[in-house]
Amino acid sequence: MHTSVNPVDTEVDVIDEIDKANKTKIALIKLVILILLPIAAFILSFTMGRYAITIPQLWETISSHIWGNGTLPQSNLDTVVFNIRLPRIIAAMLVGAALSCAGAAYQGMFKNPLVSPDILGASAGAAFGACLAIYFSSSVTVIQLAAFGCGLAAVGFACLINAKLDYDPILGLVLGGILISSLFSAATSAIKYLADANDKLPEITFWLMGSLSSINQRDVMSILAPMLIGFILLILFRWRLNVLAFGEEEARSLGVNTKQLRLIIIVASTLLSASAVSICGMVGWIGLVIPHLGRAVAGPDYRTLMPVTAILGATYLVLVDDLARCLGSVEVPLGILTAILGIPFFVIIFKQNIKGER
Amino acid sequence: MLELKNVSCGYGKREIVHDISFTVEAGEFVCVLGPNGCGKTTMLKAVLGILQPFSGIIMLGRRNLSCMREAELGQAIGYIPQAHTPPFPFLVKDVVLMGRTPHLPTLSFPKKEDREIALAAMDELKISYLKDQKYTRISGGERQLVLIARALAQQPKLLVMDEPTSSLDFGNQNNVLEKMRLLSRKGMSILMVTHNPDHALFCADKVVMMKRDGTMLRKGTPAETVSEESIQEIYKTRVKIDCIHLAEGGEIPVCVPVPSYMEQRLGA
Repeated sequence: MHTSVNPVDTEVDVIDEIDKANKTKIALIKLVILILLPIAAFILSFTMGRYAITIPQLWETISSHIWGNGTLPQSNLDTVVFNIRLPRIIAAMLVGAALSCAGAAYQGMFKNPLVSPDILGASAGAAFGACLAIYFSSSVTVIQLAAFGCGLAAVGFACLINAKLDYDPILGLVLGGILISSLFSAATSAIKYLADANDKLPEITFWLMGSLSSINQRDVMSILAPMLIGFILLILFRWRLNVLAFGEEEARSLGVNTKQLRLIIIVASTLLSASAVSICGMVGWIGLVIPHLGRAVAGPDYRTLMPVTAILGATYLVLVDDLARCLGSVEVPLGILTAILGIPFFVIIFKQNIKGER
Repeated sequence: MLELKNVSCGYGKREIVHDISFTVEAGEFVCVLGPNGCGKTTMLKAVLGILQPFSGIIMLGRRNLSCMREAELGQAIGYIPQAHTPPFPFLVKDVVLMGRTPHLPTLSFPKKEDREIALAAMDELKISYLKDQKYTRISGGERQLVLIARALAQQPKLLVMDEPTSSLDFGNQNNVLEKMRLLSRKGMSILMVTHNPDHALFCADKVVMMKRDGTMLRKGTPAETVSEESIQEIYKTRVKIDCIHLAEGGEIPVCVPVPSYMEQRLGA
């Protein structure tokens, strides 16, 4: 009977085609923005701060640094750009990306969008380590090492509690994290109580508020290796993170060795968050907020979510750090700013995301 | 295909399932029928390799199941859980694509062939129209079909289902069971756990009946096993089993509970 093609069908096909073309176009625009965004933030951040630098000045400084014959004495500009701002900008981007990726990974692993990278006690442990080192008037290197080491140790203890409990592996980990976090917080409070109120206590308090103001090249170099390992692991295992978000039993029935995968994710996320906290102190909210922003931009699939989250986290923290430098005559501690900005930001994005889900 | 020999299993030290033996042959649809708490799900976890049996042995083909790695198990057995909502709004096509995971090397991502297999699995269940929707936004019945498609994308030898219709409405229950029966007719081996005698009567080739204490009551064809006496024994409820004759020919066996006020009248 029907020899001709049904006109309704072709119309639907045409609409489908247009729809598809539009979608690829949108995806392309998003991709371009996501590439340009961190580059723009990176360049812009050189010009911000007490010592204002214009873009042409920046260009001149960079070209003379690279192509200069080296006999000229270093200008002030050169010092500001290469010794102060460059390490600080790189650190901000690394820390932002690290905390965001660790948060995104944990949210998938714990099947809970309200989880942040400190759930297993990494930051509570790092804070304790740093405070202890400050209390004993240690050098910056020792403070960082103590923070990093205690961050790892705290997560190790949380995992140990989970193993001893032999309970639901996910709830056991959360419980272990809560217990260890509160133990280390108590120990941190004890150090604060004992610390000299004129000298050590302000230093501890300042460290706990988080800041990137004293970052130098050596700090950046010291966190590079652990962070790289963390990033590479999370990027490599990101397809399996998708499967893990469906829960223990389903992931296992889909051929995933969940025990091993959880361990890998915990190691990677802990390396990322402990090294971040070790150089810049407690910077909250990024690990919770940015993965949601990532989902709003790229959807929940970790194949795209993980790299997008890294880019957004890097851009976000470098911009917030610019704000910290420029807002007042004295630098605003980074942890305060990320919390003040993060909370309204979170409400807006979260609301947007749940609207899409229902 | 799948053989359980004197399997006992449970959690920790507590044994829940005692001495169960049955086989699922290639292309066979086996229903495990039993009341709540009899250990149906526990037994299923042993079949999935999530729990190790305390005693007895589970053979998959010629291999001992407890010696197989996760990926090998995932290639051989497709698991269909009860439909639930994950915390993140994955797209339906990505959920189905996750069924390819056991076939992928640990660090690689699904490729074009995997996407084609996933699409074919959705086609088979006639749910391709859902592929670009969010898994969290479709109905419960659709979600269950998506999970079946995901299991099909695993290209398993055996499908295992835990009360796949329990959260679905009347029409969707039937739809899902019809799809499962169709798959079974095409040669898929299926092991389904259920508490509903009608479901066993509707689609099973073989029924394994479990008692509340975790032991097996009997096994065999639905006609041999599902009787008024056996149902009454495992559920402690009086039932009536009869056949409805269709005007077009053919008959449908049904199992209905007898209301207590009628039971009194019958007893008097």
